[in-house]
Amino acid sequence: MGTRGYILKKVFQAFLTLLAVIVFNFFLFRILPADPVDILTRGAGAKLDDAEKAELRASYGLDKSLFPGQFMDFMGDTLRGDLGQSIIQRPGEDVTAIFGEFMWPTLLLVGVSTLISTVLGIFMGIYAGWRRNGTFDMFSMGFSLVLYSMPEFWLGMLLILLFSTTLGWFPSSGRASVGGAYTGLAAVADIVNHLFLPALTLTLAYLGEYYLVMRSSLLDVLGEDYITTARAKGVREKWVLRRHAVRNALLPTITLIALSFGFVLGGAITVEVVFSYKGLGGLTYDALQNRDFPLLQGVFLIASATVIGMNLIADLIYGYFDPRVREA
Amino acid sequence: MQTPPITPGGDPNLTSGRIPESLAEVRSPRQIRRARRRRALSTFWAQYRKSKMGMAGLIILAFFAAVAIFAVFASKDGLDPTLVEGPRLASPSATYPLGTDSFGVSVLTQVIQGSKISLLVGLVASIMTIAIGALVGIVSGYRGGTYDTLLMRFTDFGLVVPWLALAIILASIIGPSLVTIILVIGLTSWPGTARLVRSQVLSVRERPYVERARALGGGNWHMIAHHVLPNVMPVILANAVLVVAIAILSETALSFLGLGDPFSFSWGGIIESAFNGHATTLGAWWWIGPPGVCIVLVVLAFTMIGFALDEIINPKLRER
Amino acid sequence: MSVLSLKDVHITYHTAAGGVPAVRGVDIEVAKGEVLGLAGESGCGKSTIAGAILRLLPSRTKVEGSITLDGEDILSMKLGRLRAVRWTGASIVFQGAMHALNPVQRVGDQIGEAITVHNQAGEREAKVRVGSLLEQVGLPTRRAADYPHELSGGQKQRVMIAMALACNPSLIIADEPTTALDVMVQAQVLRLMKDLQRDLGLSMVFITHDLSVLVETSDRLAIMYAGKIVEEGPATSVFEDPKHPYTAALAAAFPQIGDRRFRGNPTGLGGDPPDPQEIPSGCPFHPRCPAAFADCQRTVPELYAAGTGRRAACLLVTGAHASTAEVTE
Repeated sequence: MGTRGYILKKVFQAFLTLLAVIVFNFFLFRILPADPVDILTRGAGAKLDDAEKAELRASYGLDKSLFPGQFMDFMGDTLRGDLGQSIIQRPGEDVTAIFGEFMWPTLLLVGVSTLISTVLGIFMGIYAGWRRNGTFDMFSMGFSLVLYSMPEFWLGMLLILLFSTTLGWFPSSGRASVGGAYTGLAAVADIVNHLFLPALTLTLAYLGEYYLVMRSSLLDVLGEDYITTARAKGVREKWVLRRHAVRNALLPTITLIALSFGFVLGGAITVEVVFSYKGLGGLTYDALQNRDFPLLQGVFLIASATVIGMNLIADLIYGYFDPRVREA
Repeated sequence: MQTPPITPGGDPNLTSGRIPESLAEVRSPRQIRRARRRRALSTFWAQYRKSKMGMAGLIILAFFAAVAIFAVFASKDGLDPTLVEGPRLASPSATYPLGTDSFGVSVLTQVIQGSKISLLVGLVASIMTIAIGALVGIVSGYRGGTYDTLLMRFTDFGLVVPWLALAIILASIIGPSLVTIILVIGLTSWPGTARLVRSQVLSVRERPYVERARALGGGNWHMIAHHVLPNVMPVILANAVLVVAIAILSETALSFLGLGDPFSFSWGGIIESAFNGHATTLGAWWWIGPPGVCIVLVVLAFTMIGFALDEIINPKLRER
Repeated sequence: MSVLSLKDVHITYHTAAGGVPAVRGVDIEVAKGEVLGLAGESGCGKSTIAGAILRLLPSRTKVEGSITLDGEDILSMKLGRLRAVRWTGASIVFQGAMHALNPVQRVGDQIGEAITVHNQAGEREAKVRVGSLLEQVGLPTRRAADYPHELSGGQKQRVMIAMALACNPSLIIADEPTTALDVMVQAQVLRLMKDLQRDLGLSMVFITHDLSVLVETSDRLAIMYAGKIVEEGPATSVFEDPKHPYTAALAAAFPQIGDRRFRGNPTGLGGDPPDPQEIPSGCPFHPRCPAAFADCQRTVPELYAAGTGRRAACLLVTGAHASTAEVTE
C-alpha cells in the first residue's frame, strides 16, 4: 500500500469516526421521551407558556420531522462550524465564540502537562526497564503506582494545601491575577505562576501511567531474540538499547499514550475545577451545573475531535517508525 | 490447558497414579473435570501466595471490605447534621479522630459510611462493564465475519469517545444519582475489556483441541461454554480487577463533579463537599486527606492484585 | 589446534525455583575446518552451550569449566575483548529467523551493523560488502533494502547466514537453523550451508534435534541427553551403528525412505526428557530405555570407548550385561 496510502487511509478513518461522533451527538439529546424543549429550558427555571415554547421549538428547528429535517440541519450546522448558542450561561452567544475565549488556557495547561509527563515518563520507564530491579526501579515503581491510584483532582487539592495555603508559594486559583494590570513579561510570569500548580497536578497524575507502560513495553522487547542477535554481534549495550530495544518498545507505548488521552481530558476538567482555572474544563463544569446543553454538546464534540486527532497523530507516528503497518 | 501427555501407568491427574482395577474406580468425566479444577485452583493459590504484591493487595482489600460491612450495620446518626453537636471544622481530637467538617459532622463517620458506597458502586459498575465487554468480545471473536467488523467498529468508537465528557452529558440528561454513575461507567468502560477478550478468544479458537472438539461435533454453545469460556476466564479475571480500580476512580471523579447521589456520600462525595466547603483554603487537611487516602489504598490494592494475577497468567513475566 | 574447546563445562541457570543444571559436564573439541553436529531433544542443553560460547546467557547463569576459542579463554575475558571477539571469532546462525531479526531495521543495515561495529569498514564499504555477502547466500543485492517481514522464511535464514559470515569468523555456530522451515526450503538452506562450509573451509557446530540433517552435514556427531554427551564419533558410523540406545531411538525416529530396516517398523520413543531439577538416578536415560537393566538405575555411566574414535555413555558398551538383545528396535 505504501506510505501515502497508509496516511490517506488513516485520515479517512479519522474523519469517519468524527462523523460518527457528530451523529451520536445528535441522537444524544433525543434519547429521552421528554420534549427536547423542556430539557433545553429546564435549567432556565422559568416556566414558558405554550406560545413561547412553540417559538423556541421553531427557532431550534424542532418542529421539523426528525429525519431528514432536524438531522440534516444539525449535520449541516455542525460541519459549517455553527454549534448553536448558549442558552443559560451566555444566552444568545455563539458556542464557538465562547470556546475561542476559553480554549487557549486549556491548550496551555494540557499541552505543557502532556509534553512533560510523556517525555519524563518515557525516559524514566526506559531507565527502569533497562536496569531492572535496581533501587531506582523499585522507588519509581512504587511512586508511579501510587500516583496512578490517585484521583487527580484530589492531588490538586493536596498541592494547594501544601504550596498555596501553607507555604504561600503559588496562587490557589485562577489563570491570571484578577484585575491584572500586568503587561509583557510580567503578564507572562503571572500566567506561569498561576499555571504552575495545575500543570504540576496534571503532569504527576499521568506520569505514573506512562512510566509503567514504557517500562513494561521495554521489558517485553528485551526478551526478544533480536536483542540477543545484536549482543552476539558485539554491539555495545548502549546501542543495543537505543537502536534495537527502544525503537521497538516505543511503538506500543505511543499507541497506549494516545489511547489514554481521553482520560487526560477528563483529568483536565476536574483539575480546572479544583483550581478555578478559567479554561474549557471550568466552562464545562459550569455548563453542567446550569444544564446549558448546547455548550455541553459543543464540549463533547471538541473533546472527541481532540482525541480522534491525537489517535491520528499516533497512528501516523507509528506508521513512520514501524514498516510493518505500512503494508496492506 | 493442554491435553496431558500419555504416560505409562495413566495420567496422574486422572487417576490416583495407578490403573483402575475395577469399574467402580473409574471416574466420570465430570468428576475428572472437578478434580482437575480443584487441583488447578490450589496450584493457582500456591503461586499467588508467592507474590508479595498480590498478598498485600488482598490484605488491604480485606480490611476495607470489613470496614464496609461494618458500615452497613453501624448507626448513621453521626451523619445527620441536624443531630450533630460537634464543633465545626475541628482538627482531629480524641472525640473526633479525623476531625469534623464545616457542618460539625465527624469525618471518620463519613469515611466509614463512604466505604460502603464507593466499593458498592465500583463493583456493580465493573460487573456491568465486564458483562458487556465480555459478551461483545466473545461474540466478536468467535463468530467473526460481519459481526466482528461491526462490533469492532463500535468498540473502536467507544474507545475514542472521551469518557468524562460523555458521562457529563448523560448524567445531565438523566439526572444525578448513583444509578446514573453506575450506568455511565458501565457504558463507557466496556470497550477495553471487549478488545482484550476478543483477542484472547481469537487465539483460543486456533488451538488444536478446539478444532478437535468441533470435529467431534461440538456445537457453538458447547464450544463456548466448555472451551472458549474456561480459557478466556483467567484473562477476564485479571482484567476485571483493573476494571474495578478504574471504576472506583471514575466514580470518585463523577461524584466530585456533583453527579452522584446528593444524600449519600461516597469518598468522592466527601471530597466534593470538602472542596465546596473551601477546605483547601481553610487548611482543613483532615477533611481532604482521609477520603483520598482510602481511595488510593483501595485502587492500589486492586492494581497490585491485578499485577499479581497478570504474572501468573502470563508466565513469560515470571522469569523476570 | 582446535578452534573450539570446551572442557568439563557445567552451566546452571538461576530461577526463582532454584538452580537448574542445564549442562552437567561436557567436553567438546572442534578442529579447524571440521563440522561437529550436536543433537538431542529440546531441553538437553545444546542451545545453552551455543549461548555460552559467546557468553550470551542471562547474567546470573553460572558457567563453570573452560571454554577456549582460537586459543583464548572466553570465560575470563574482559568485556571489551569479548565484544571484539563476538562475531569475529565466532558467530551464530540463530533458529527461527522470524524473531532473530530486528523488525524495524532493514536487513542490509543489520548485516552492515556487524561490519561497522567491528570497524572493519566504513559505511560505504560496508554496503558493498553486504551486497557481496547477499550474493554469496543466493539473494539479489537489492534485498538489502528490505525489512524482515518482506522476506520469506528461507530468505530470512539466508540473511542470517550472510550476517554470520560478515566478519569472517573462525567458527560458526548454527543453532537449529532449519527447524522452522518447510522441508523443501530446508533442503535448499542446508545445501547452501554445506557448500559455503566446503568453499570457505569453515569450522562449524551444527545444533539440531534432527539427526538425519546432521548426517549429511557433519564430520563428527555428539549426542546430548539431560545435559551430558551420551555418544560421540564420526557422523556416519554413529548414525548407522549407534552404540547408545538413545541415539538408536533418535535415528529410528526419522525413517529413511528405501532403507529396509524401517519398513513395517513404526518407532518412537515414549515419555519426555527429564526435568533438569529431577534427573533420574544412575543413567538418566534408564526410565525410557528399551534396553535398560538393573544396574542402569545405580551406576552413572561415563563415556566409554566404543570403537575407533567413538565413545558412548552406556553400560551395554562395557559388556556389563550378558544379554545380546538387539539395541536397535
